[in-house]
Amino acid sequence: MTAAATIPALAEIRRRAAELFEARGFPTTREEEWRFTNVSSIGRARLPIAPPSAQVHSLRAALEQEPEIIEEHLARYASCESNPFVALNTSNFEDGAFVHIPANTIVEEPVWLDFKAVPGRTTHPRNLIVIGAGSQIRLVERYTGAGKYFTNAVTEIVVGQNAVVEHIKLEEESLESFHVATIQVRQARNSNFKSHNISFGGGLVRNDVNAVLSTGCEGTLNGLYLTNFKQHVDNHTALDHAAHHAVSHELYKGILDGASSAVFNGKIFVRKDAQKTDAKQTNKNLVLSENAVINTKPELQILADDVRCTHGATVGQLDQEALFYLRARGIDKRDARDLLIYAFARDVIHRIGVAGIQTYLEKALFSRLIDSRRLPEVTS
Amino acid sequence: MLVSQVEGTLSRSPVLEIKNLHAKTGDKEILRGVSLTVYPGEVHAIMGPNGSGKSTLAQVIAGRDLYQVTDGEVIYDGKDLLELAPEERAQRGIFLAFQYPVEIPGVSNLYFLKAALNAIRKNKGEAELDAMDFLALVRQKMALMGMDESLLNRAINTGFSGGEKKRNEIFQMAVLEPRLALLDETDSGLDIDALKIVANGVNTLRSPDRSIVAITHYQRLLNYIIPDYVHVLADGRIVKSGDKSLALELEETGYAGIDALVEVAR
Repeated sequence: MTAAATIPALAEIRRRAAELFEARGFPTTREEEWRFTNVSSIGRARLPIAPPSAQVHSLRAALEQEPEIIEEHLARYASCESNPFVALNTSNFEDGAFVHIPANTIVEEPVWLDFKAVPGRTTHPRNLIVIGAGSQIRLVERYTGAGKYFTNAVTEIVVGQNAVVEHIKLEEESLESFHVATIQVRQARNSNFKSHNISFGGGLVRNDVNAVLSTGCEGTLNGLYLTNFKQHVDNHTALDHAAHHAVSHELYKGILDGASSAVFNGKIFVRKDAQKTDAKQTNKNLVLSENAVINTKPELQILADDVRCTHGATVGQLDQEALFYLRARGIDKRDARDLLIYAFARDVIHRIGVAGIQTYLEKALFSRLIDSRRLPEVTS
Repeated sequence: MLVSQVEGTLSRSPVLEIKNLHAKTGDKEILRGVSLTVYPGEVHAIMGPNGSGKSTLAQVIAGRDLYQVTDGEVIYDGKDLLELAPEERAQRGIFLAFQYPVEIPGVSNLYFLKAALNAIRKNKGEAELDAMDFLALVRQKMALMGMDESLLNRAINTGFSGGEKKRNEIFQMAVLEPRLALLDETDSGLDIDALKIVANGVNTLRSPDRSIVAITHYQRLLNYIIPDYVHVLADGRIVKSGDKSLALELEETGYAGIDALVEVAR
């Protein structure tokens, strides 16, 4: 068994997670939370659900070296009850990254966590990120791979009081892959957390990004999804205003081409005591093909009375006036189209606080736009 | 055709020949047989009431696919223009100063203009300009238009005032140096100071190998950009042509007298 089994409390959590998943199995489209995302193909793909033999990484090592802090936080935030994939990960994970920053520490360079999938395998990366009070860090989680495989990741992020954390997730999985990920964030008082959730790859993708905000917190959830061919990308987000005077911003933008589909579901909970909440949610979609489908749905549950919550969603096509304007200046139709798509995506990319990643994403975006014209359609 | 035009241009070939051009959008015919010949170095003004087809003519020449050409032809530089995509027309030296310049958030003026200039240079078989040379060129042209350099890093026309947008069009024209410039109501909505700057920019760009077709509703522009020829477009046809005095005549009588001309033309 794994190192995690050596901690009795954790072993118990994992045993219960296994039972939960056993009893419930994969969710179906009859469940509201999964209405537009059919995950039955993951089961049918006959990839072994249990992980391959573990490699030694930091979380595994930390389980032996710093069991107290792991026990305090691991599997305490991401809910096995509400998401079977979290249960599946919790019962099966072997390893992942453990990032622990003590109080009042500024980490200058961004921390990169790279996850490269192995064809034919299922992996359950499990990351725990614990940032001490008054500390500051930027983290990048990047997922890549080739061929057919299933990645089922869970990242729990604990943001200490007054800490500032920026988290960037780059999903660049293969077009045949399944990618399911949960990012569960707990923010202590007066902390500032930013998530940038970028989905460029994957055949079937589901992201759940959930943040719980305490008093005086600022929480930002941004996202960009670029889909083509038969890709399906589902982003479910939840901002839980659990206490008063917290501010949240959310901007998700999608670019859909081919016969792809995408889902945006943005929940904002404002608890009874969360007065003076200020929450703003925006979802914008650029649909480039008649065969692409977007489902967008804001869900606001507001129990406090002195709050400001706004939400808006748009679905549009390329602006033909703008396209003509660029072409009338000599810019080729394809370049003009790419430029307008880039312009649409730009404000999400430019909110990322790591300059190198902005440049990287701009290049990745353009090369995907160019590749999508060159490559034959990939079936998944 | 006017006698003076023939005399002055015997040895040259026209840059633009429009012959019996008919165009429609949807089921609505807007151009009903426009003919116009423009020689290198000439400035033509096209005047006419609202809805006469002035802007449609400019958009058809620039290649806007909202309009379908149903009859007639447009020859540019001896070749069939209507076969070309809008970008090919621009690359060959056609420039349309838009009546309503489009706001494009997220694309900087600088990036846009560099891409446009290099596309045109590439078509001419010239090397692309590097960043330094480009910036030097752009600074020189900005000074001409009295524009602030901060405009370069702003998104195309985004948050620009009406005057700034029109000035930006002529600035682009100055950088791209077209052979045929179509100015679509570049004067409308401008106060007199802005009008002078825009007109001065255009006048600086007048040259023996550059032709200008200025479309306007108002005679006022023609006090500053003196045309060689003035045409009156009404009901989709050119109903009267003359020299600059025709514009003054129109200013006095208004477009009311045009109705009679339209009847005659039918």
